[in-house]
Amino acid sequence: MAVATEVRTPEVRRTAVDSRYRRGPGRWLVLAAAVVVGLAVLAPFGIMLLNAFKSPQDYAANGPLSLPSGLYLDGVVAFWERVDFPVKLWNSVFISAVVAVLGALLSLLNAYAIGIGRVKGRLWIVALFLLANMLPQEALIYPLFTMAQSVGLSNSQWSVIIIFTVIQSAFGTYLLSSVLGTFPPALLEAAQLDGASRWRILWQVVFPIVRPTLSVLMIFFFIWTWNEFFIPLVMLTSNDTQTIPIALASLQGDRMMDAPTINAGSLVSLVPAVVFFLIFQRTLTRGVTAGAVK
Amino acid sequence: MADSTLTAQRSRAQQRPRARGTRRRRAEWVGYLPYLLPGAAAFIVVIGYPLMTNVYFSLFKWRGGMAPLRWNGLGNYVDLLGDDKFWTSFGNSLAMIVAMVLVPTLLGLVLAAVLFDYLGRRFGAQVSSVLRATYYLPQILPVAVAGVLWNWILNSQTGALNEILRGMGVAAPPNWLGDPTTALPSVMLVLIWVQMGYPVVIFMAALQRVDPELYEAAELDGAGWWDRFRAITVPQIRPETFVVTLTCTVAALKVFGPIYVLTRGGPESSTLVPSYYSYLNFFDKSQVGYGSAIATVLTLVIVVVAVIILGLQSRSERREREGV
Repeated sequence: MAVATEVRTPEVRRTAVDSRYRRGPGRWLVLAAAVVVGLAVLAPFGIMLLNAFKSPQDYAANGPLSLPSGLYLDGVVAFWERVDFPVKLWNSVFISAVVAVLGALLSLLNAYAIGIGRVKGRLWIVALFLLANMLPQEALIYPLFTMAQSVGLSNSQWSVIIIFTVIQSAFGTYLLSSVLGTFPPALLEAAQLDGASRWRILWQVVFPIVRPTLSVLMIFFFIWTWNEFFIPLVMLTSNDTQTIPIALASLQGDRMMDAPTINAGSLVSLVPAVVFFLIFQRTLTRGVTAGAVK
Repeated sequence: MADSTLTAQRSRAQQRPRARGTRRRRAEWVGYLPYLLPGAAAFIVVIGYPLMTNVYFSLFKWRGGMAPLRWNGLGNYVDLLGDDKFWTSFGNSLAMIVAMVLVPTLLGLVLAAVLFDYLGRRFGAQVSSVLRATYYLPQILPVAVAGVLWNWILNSQTGALNEILRGMGVAAPPNWLGDPTTALPSVMLVLIWVQMGYPVVIFMAALQRVDPELYEAAELDGAGWWDRFRAITVPQIRPETFVVTLTCTVAALKVFGPIYVLTRGGPESSTLVPSYYSYLNFFDKSQVGYGSAIATVLTLVIVVVAVIILGLQSRSERREREGV
């Protein structure tokens, strides 16, 4: 950018702009303000880290801001055992992963009919799906709850999986339909001339091209389902079916929960989300642009 | 489709180009209907039927489970009109909109513009992307986990904030979440913390579209940062502003998790929101019909608000097109 300015602007002006760019205390003030906002955002995480490995006595004596005087692991261990963390982790992974795959599949089928098949009334169908995504889950929960009971899916992870597959695919259909709406017609016509059936065109022509967008959708679906609270809270009522957020929330108000246990619990509960995000951050940005180009 | 039909259609199309398009497409789209079938069936079972059933339940007095449904007509809705808690909950929805839409969008706008147009250019793109990631961090964790953490930080007895305040010599620090006067503002602060990163990221992505020469030209003409912000940044990212406003407003009207883990609507209903109020009626008070009525009203409010925002958006787009 500096180069561009130098080439285009006359001498006098350039120095004026340069001085505004490089000198002046103003920019440091702005940077400081932005950093302060950042620190305010990070503060709760910092406090959590400081206190997750601090003994209750240490906390009582030195307060929340001191460095722990020793590595105290009882909080992590207590939380881990109390909620049976590996089970909760598996439940969260299982539910989120199945929803991600099924939701992406359902989105693809819907979007194939809407975006490429150009089914009549497709605008209304997309609007309906968008609406479904905005509905408050409270307006669905009691009927869903009784339906799950009547078909023997009460306290079953499959009830949650089915519900979120539909809710997430409502968004996925909206997004994928607009992506497939711009699918190069030449490719489709070439495949049709070769005598390929619609089913084969879907898997051998369309699917390979929208795969980056699908993987982005799957990541979104995974994270969203992972973070969901209300429907799992209502539908999953026993210890062996619950997800991590529900398990952590249900420990609240427990008198045995001391500061290190709460902090260790929060820390352990958010680590998977952060790790997942870090792993797939690249895919996210790449996939979004790939989808946009095609 | 077989080769011969295509060729036949082609030769016909050369004579009557109009007829070809419609006739061929009608045959075409019907063939794609089976692909919509699983989605439609799932949609009806999980969204359509439950939504209708919820409205149906709202016309009854029902304690749930095996208890009999007693017809109540619009009685539940009439009761809502006289229910102080119902009005409180929707009043608090306005506070949620302030905390989840208004403040984060305005803050996000300023922060995104500062990071992109000011710090990014003076300290390098790396600085601004690190700051952006920092602001976004609260968005990636489960909101219930964030709520549990904040619940402890704000706890009056053992919480970190009050420990710090006592350490600084404050004798009686406030009971942040336990006092009806401070509970709502505390919840709002937590929600701002959670929500702020979302508009920053969306707006910064939007600013990538803006031609940097616009800024350079404006700067050379002596336009200050504020002038550029008003004349270039804000109008250029209007589409994203609508998207952020819509999604965040819907989220604010639906908010449940943070309320559940922070305050459970208390104290004295000072942080009650519609979604939590209907949950209370469903699963705590066993007033399923009443809870359904609240959920139905909430649904209507969300749909109306969404339609209004979408209408404003298309009007603004139209005006922009005409302006150009």
